[in-house]
Amino acid sequence: MAKNTTDVRRYPGFFSFTILCLFLLYTPLIIVTIYSFNDSKSITTWGGFSFRWYQDIFYGLEAAKFKTAAWNSISIALMAGITATVIATSAAIGMIRGEPFKGKSLSFGLINLPLMVPEIVSAVATLIFFSAIGFTRGYMSILLAHIVFCIPFAYLPIAARLEGIEKSYEEAAIDLYATRWKAFTKVLMPLMAPGILSGFLLAFIISLDDFIITNFVKGAGVETLPTAIFGSVKQGIKPNIMALSTLMLLVSIFFVSLSYLINKLGERTGDKQS
Amino acid sequence: MTDSSPLALEVSHAVKIYGALPNAVKALNDVSIDVANNEFFTLLGPSGCGKTTLLRMIAGFETITEGSIRLFGENIENLPANKRPVNTVFQQYALFPHMTVLQNVAFGLTMLGKSDREANGIATRMLDMVQLGEFSNRKPTQLSGGQQQRVALARALAPSPKLLLLDEPLSALDLKLRHAMRVELKQIQEELGITFIFVTHDQEEALTMSDRIAVMSNGELQQIGTGREIYEEPKNKFVADFIGETNLLTTQVESIQGANAVCVVGNHTPLECASAGGISIGDTGIISIRPERITLTKPGSDATGSNLTGTVKRFIYLGTDTQCMVELDDGTEIHVRVQNAHDSATDFDVGERASIKIDQGAARLLVN
Repeated sequence: MAKNTTDVRRYPGFFSFTILCLFLLYTPLIIVTIYSFNDSKSITTWGGFSFRWYQDIFYGLEAAKFKTAAWNSISIALMAGITATVIATSAAIGMIRGEPFKGKSLSFGLINLPLMVPEIVSAVATLIFFSAIGFTRGYMSILLAHIVFCIPFAYLPIAARLEGIEKSYEEAAIDLYATRWKAFTKVLMPLMAPGILSGFLLAFIISLDDFIITNFVKGAGVETLPTAIFGSVKQGIKPNIMALSTLMLLVSIFFVSLSYLINKLGERTGDKQS
Repeated sequence: MTDSSPLALEVSHAVKIYGALPNAVKALNDVSIDVANNEFFTLLGPSGCGKTTLLRMIAGFETITEGSIRLFGENIENLPANKRPVNTVFQQYALFPHMTVLQNVAFGLTMLGKSDREANGIATRMLDMVQLGEFSNRKPTQLSGGQQQRVALARALAPSPKLLLLDEPLSALDLKLRHAMRVELKQIQEELGITFIFVTHDQEEALTMSDRIAVMSNGELQQIGTGREIYEEPKNKFVADFIGETNLLTTQVESIQGANAVCVVGNHTPLECASAGGISIGDTGIISIRPERITLTKPGSDATGSNLTGTVKRFIYLGTDTQCMVELDDGTEIHVRVQNAHDSATDFDVGERASIKIDQGAARLLVN
């Protein structure tokens, strides 16, 4: 494969450096995953293989708390993901298909601001804003905050996809007597679909994972999975947290892979293929 | 071109300005064209000449800054693109990749409110016409470039537009296919009797298919005429230079004989030139002579020819022809083309002196 002499794989130390990076990245995850199957109460000594901590999540002392938190997380991620995707799709069409307008780059910056602002700043700002307007902190405040920071994550894949779609498709639709709405629903939307889906999945995962902003705006009593896990860990790490983390990791991997696959599939249908 | 039927298309004094005043760009400057019903009309010019802008304006994708567009007598310049009975074949075809070939061709009919059954019936007939009936359930990406081109044509023709616009539809095809499609396009146009407006930068393509050609440059119309007219009687230097190959020699008018002007070329050799009139003695201008209308003879062998002489500089073998570069005695270089059927041109050696004979009526004086 690496026939090219300038191939990066031929650089000295390439192999060992790669191994080091992979080790640093994945060892913690692997250890957590392995120890989630530990049959011991200790988190460091191995006491044999078992599913007891997985059982503990669903039927143990903290099961009710986790269940509510999981439900909150998933429902918020779903709604925030959908809303952010709708907003991001409209924004992408406006930014890419619209005529150039004054402040276009500023708008682009605004859309992507949550990506650039440190999350702790967003968190504090959102908290102050909600207090200032007298918004009761709870489920709704989490949802609103999530919608806002999910927009750029949905926007990027959608905009990338739209940029690759020739304007002539919409022109052809309109030339063939389609109204603007029909041109959008019959032609542009199906062509954008992989980007939209991928944007939604990304937004969903980002919302599901978020801790900092959620922790600031959640108010007392309302927990999402990450804040519930954090609350639990504060009283000492128990092996059930490892099981829960492993489950969340699986969900994340599933959705990110799905997003990737959909994008790949979209690329293929967009290009020429024999 | 019957006088009683209205013109298919009348564009009058079309102006297109992009952008706001300080850095406004004038893409079209006072362009007027009349296209007769059933005509194959070509807009020809180099890239950036405004031909595509004009086409997009007729389709409704660009607004018109000034002027009017009439389709069979009706003003359409304020109609949106989806209300104009005009369809377009796009340069890259723009076939909808998520639909089958049949769905693509039926799209316009469905949007016009035809039932699925009727739309599919017409679409199938159109696909049969372009010999792609058996591919109707494939996706466009599964077809070759030439096949996609035919689908695009079928899709644009299916709603029976009053006018078909073609935006360099052959430019993405390879040479052999392009030549075959030229003939086919012309045949389809004649069979259906639909007026075609064809945009191209390829002069050969324009000459092969068009009833009339409008040559454009810098947003302005240079000349409208049949292929023969614009090739043999170019109105100005741009047209003479853009269509085919030509020799352009600067000159001065010596005397006038009827419609012809006698000009001086080379080393004070008088040459009779055809002109469009409106010239007077002493005018400077440019003479255009097509290289295939010049012959070389051995000096002194032909007493009837002009006494224009020069030195043979170089031969370039081009397959069917040989191009010969000759330097006139005053230092200007001209090109001569000789068919390789007879080998008179190659009788000469490089550096040899030759007498240059220009066919009667081949020299044309252009004053602008």
